[in-house]
Amino acid sequence: MSVQTPVKPTTERQVSSPYQRRMYLRRRIISTFHMAMSHVVTFLGVAVLAWILWSLFGQGFSALSIKLFTEMTPPPGSDGGLLNAIFGSLMMVGIATVLGIPIGLLVGTYLAEYGRYAKISAVVRFINDILLSAPSILIGLFVYELVVVPMGHFSGYAGAIALAVIALPVVVRTSEDMLLLVPDTLREAAAALGIPRWRVILQVSYRSAGPGLMTGALLAVARISGETAPLLFTSLNNQFWSTNMNQPMANLPVVIFNFAMSPYDDWRSLAWAGALLITLAVLGLTIAARTLLAAKSRMKG
Amino acid sequence: MSVKQFRPGFDRGFHNLTFGLSMFVLLLLVAILAFLVMGSLPVLKSQGLSFFISSDWNPVTDVYGALPAIIQTLITAIIALVIGVPVSFGIAVFLTELAPVWVARPVGVAIEMLAAIPSIIYGMWGLFVFAPTFGTVIQRWTMANLAPIPVIGPVFASPPMGIGILTAGIILAIMIVPFITAMMRDVFTTVPAVLKESAYGLGCTRWEVVHRIVLPYCRAGTVGAVMLGLGRALGETMAVTFVIGNSHRLSASIMGPGATISSSIANEFVEADSKLHSSALVTLGLTLFVITFIVLAVARLFLLRLKKQSGH
Repeated sequence: MSVQTPVKPTTERQVSSPYQRRMYLRRRIISTFHMAMSHVVTFLGVAVLAWILWSLFGQGFSALSIKLFTEMTPPPGSDGGLLNAIFGSLMMVGIATVLGIPIGLLVGTYLAEYGRYAKISAVVRFINDILLSAPSILIGLFVYELVVVPMGHFSGYAGAIALAVIALPVVVRTSEDMLLLVPDTLREAAAALGIPRWRVILQVSYRSAGPGLMTGALLAVARISGETAPLLFTSLNNQFWSTNMNQPMANLPVVIFNFAMSPYDDWRSLAWAGALLITLAVLGLTIAARTLLAAKSRMKG
Repeated sequence: MSVKQFRPGFDRGFHNLTFGLSMFVLLLLVAILAFLVMGSLPVLKSQGLSFFISSDWNPVTDVYGALPAIIQTLITAIIALVIGVPVSFGIAVFLTELAPVWVARPVGVAIEMLAAIPSIIYGMWGLFVFAPTFGTVIQRWTMANLAPIPVIGPVFASPPMGIGILTAGIILAIMIVPFITAMMRDVFTTVPAVLKESAYGLGCTRWEVVHRIVLPYCRAGTVGAVMLGLGRALGETMAVTFVIGNSHRLSASIMGPGATISSSIANEFVEADSKLHSSALVTLGLTLFVITFIVLAVARLFLLRLKKQSGH
């Protein structure tokens, strides 16, 4: 691949030496080959991903019906829907959001405002990044030992806590990044007016970073709404309608997992419907987050 | 704002609140580690280090050996990288160097969307759509053509069920491609246009610019992206659990069923009746934690270097 001879500027005369022409041809062939490969893998990648979406939408839409939202998860061989699982997922994601997002926002605030240059902040950032990409099943194990074992049973709360632990680092990361985008001149102008730091943060930083902070929150919700592994042994599953967060609770990801692994056709088709619902929810949230951010940057531009 | 309204007490309170919660993040990691260590004590006490080198995993006799799960976790992750990294690199090059904006923009957005799709979807697709195709088309062929070859043959020998270690690796690759591509693309766009233009001005071909200018400039970021992808592949649960077949057996074949650390935990933890069994699974979790911690820490160090470099 290496070009041994330095190639002189390509005026007509120099290139036309046979050796150089061969050399240049070789380089162009190598380049064309790699660029062709680049096209091929892009095509392959897009094709596989289209194949995934195609099967998901194909199988999912054919299994969609109003019953999904009005009936409970059925025993094998009979009709049913996913109502209890949808409700359980909403409850758990909701509670996880309420727990995780304020804490994440405040930690992000520390990293971007009070402790921006503190040594400990570098450590917190590093640990947070590790948590951000830690395998989610380990969070499940952790919450199992922390909540399920002392309580003595699986519960919706345990699931919500596990999801909150997963949402937290996402929010920390995005809210720090978004707060850092707020120009310091704004903070200084407010400080010059004699406004205490906490009010500067609340009324200047938060307000001007608002859409960005919302984006972070939405991305965190998107992330946890599809999480399955940490729920397997925290909230477990429940075949019946239950609003008791203190008991095992049905939720979409675990129902999808159990139903998809089952040998029953009607369960499998419910699993596809559930998978479609989750994908639509996650994609919707991601698109909303992107739109918010785009609107913000347009405002600035 | 009049001076009277200035209450330093409140400011200190808010400061301490945010600081305290930041310490909570540190505590969280320490707590996760502590609980995993505590949970793994029983099995480590009863079996000692033989837990990590034995390949016999038998809940009935209460004997546990983690070697197959650990090795197969590494194998699936390596398969995923071997397939996923060149593909991601190619797509990132396509998006940053080759595609016109009207192509690069929608493809880029699509890739970011796909990175957000939950892994259980990839797992389900792998089980219901990919594995049957793979079993009937590819595995038939490898059984007929590769398996009889003397030395490397056993690597491909297995009944064409479609599910197995190689399938899990391929599904993981499909899953991490959008993830790595998105990061690589972001890194590649940081290369100053002047550098690339000067190289083109000297008569460099496209590939030479990518290979000699873009890659060296982005080395830290690219390695960081690959390591983050590796971290993901190692710890991924759902995409693997669906398609790996869950068998704790060390075999030479990458076509046969296996079990990774995370798939073992997902499959067995709820049903683990004996204390030793669940402790063995927690110990597997601890092992996974240590492996991914190292990988992620290396990734972050590389990405940190990139940040410093771009800060100049």
